Amino acid sequence: MNAPLALLAELTHRCPLRCPYCSNPMELSRAAQELTTEEWTRVFQEAAGLGCLQVHLSGGEPTARRDIVEITRAAHEAGLYTNLITAGVLVDPSLMERLRAAGLDHVQLSVQDADPAGAERIGGMKGAHARKEAAARLVREAGLPLTLNAVVHRQNLANLPLLIDTALAWGAGRLEVAHVQYYGWALANRDALLPTREQLDEATRVVDAAREAHRGRLLIDYVVPDYHASRPKACMGGWGNRFLGVSPAGRVLPCHAAESITGLVFPNVRDVSLREAWYDSDAFNRFRGTGWMPEPCRGCDRAERDWGGCRCQAFALTGDAAATDPACSLSPHHGLLAAAVDQAGAPEFRYREFRREPV
Amino acid sequence: MTPRFAPGARLHHDRARDRWVVMAPERMFVPDETALEILRLIDGTLDLDGIIDALAKKFDAPRDVIATDVRAMAEDLRARGVLLG
Repeated sequence: MNAPLALLAELTHRCPLRCPYCSNPMELSRAAQELTTEEWTRVFQEAAGLGCLQVHLSGGEPTARRDIVEITRAAHEAGLYTNLITAGVLVDPSLMERLRAAGLDHVQLSVQDADPAGAERIGGMKGAHARKEAAARLVREAGLPLTLNAVVHRQNLANLPLLIDTALAWGAGRLEVAHVQYYGWALANRDALLPTREQLDEATRVVDAAREAHRGRLLIDYVVPDYHASRPKACMGGWGNRFLGVSPAGRVLPCHAAESITGLVFPNVRDVSLREAWYDSDAFNRFRGTGWMPEPCRGCDRAERDWGGCRCQAFALTGDAAATDPACSLSPHHGLLAAAVDQAGAPEFRYREFRREPV
Repeated sequence: MTPRFAPGARLHHDRARDRWVVMAPERMFVPDETALEILRLIDGTLDLDGIIDALAKKFDAPRDVIATDVRAMAEDLRARGVLLG
């Protein structure tokens, strides 16, 4: 069994933005449930001891936590490579300087669209785009490397060339062009977000040309959408194989979306060590390796390349988390994806929000 | 030409697996032996000729052979965004 390489620390679900494709679960954790500074410090030390080399400090918006500097320092002192995944709208010069001094290694800044009006409609926050641009400048002035993360979909793909220009103008060394992955909030907004085949082909062409044009200046990583694929992605590099996440409330997850699979019970860092969670918990062992696989994954020569695809997507689309990911053309449910593409085209979003308290 | 690590890139000892890894923004890789020898000599002051001299001496090998390997590897590491200069 492999030791994990990376930890996703979801420090909070609080966020000033309301992106309709948010990767957080539909059932968001509130501030009172969040792990303390001391608990995160222990998580980082255990993760490093287990073999993790890097930590992604994420959320929600990680800088919504008042102890984000102490948390960053604790991760750095544990020996982890620290990556802050932020919307940037809460970052001011003082915070940026304190994060740098605490040992922050890299910043990934999200951008919702290239034009401010579109970006602010998608993110659901007025004034966000200008604040993000200011945050990019602060990251560069701190001497830290910057990645721009652009989640792309039906409603902003036309601006992909401008998003690439934005990455260059804001001084990013790396750009992630990530097509939306459809679970949780994004699945609820699928009809508004799914791109057409023509949009996808054009995006791929734009990315290929930009990689060539900006070689040595801007590195572009491209995450393609499952709904137009014939083979599934190797989700998380295999369940419980390389990656673990810890939710704001301390649940240890094989994937940030794993809580969308009902019936799995995830260990909590308040009850067990990360080592026990990784090696011994039912949740991590349930889909580890290939032994759990049904047909057509069982015996497939790609079983250890794509690991049967995404468990969350299999569950969301078929109701069975052990089914072959419908992104695979060998899945009996593969037709669901084309049907969803045909049905797409809704203009309005359902924005991410905390569930209203019962009256 | 004095190579140095790009911002956010560094050599890191992976204790759990007893190996050296290159850590860079959202990527990591295990350098081969030649790359590792070069990366361990990068201190922001030693230039490429100095690195070639040091490795020629360490491995008691002809300087021109070492120079070819080091220059090719340094170029590869630059292309991967690990080194500047």
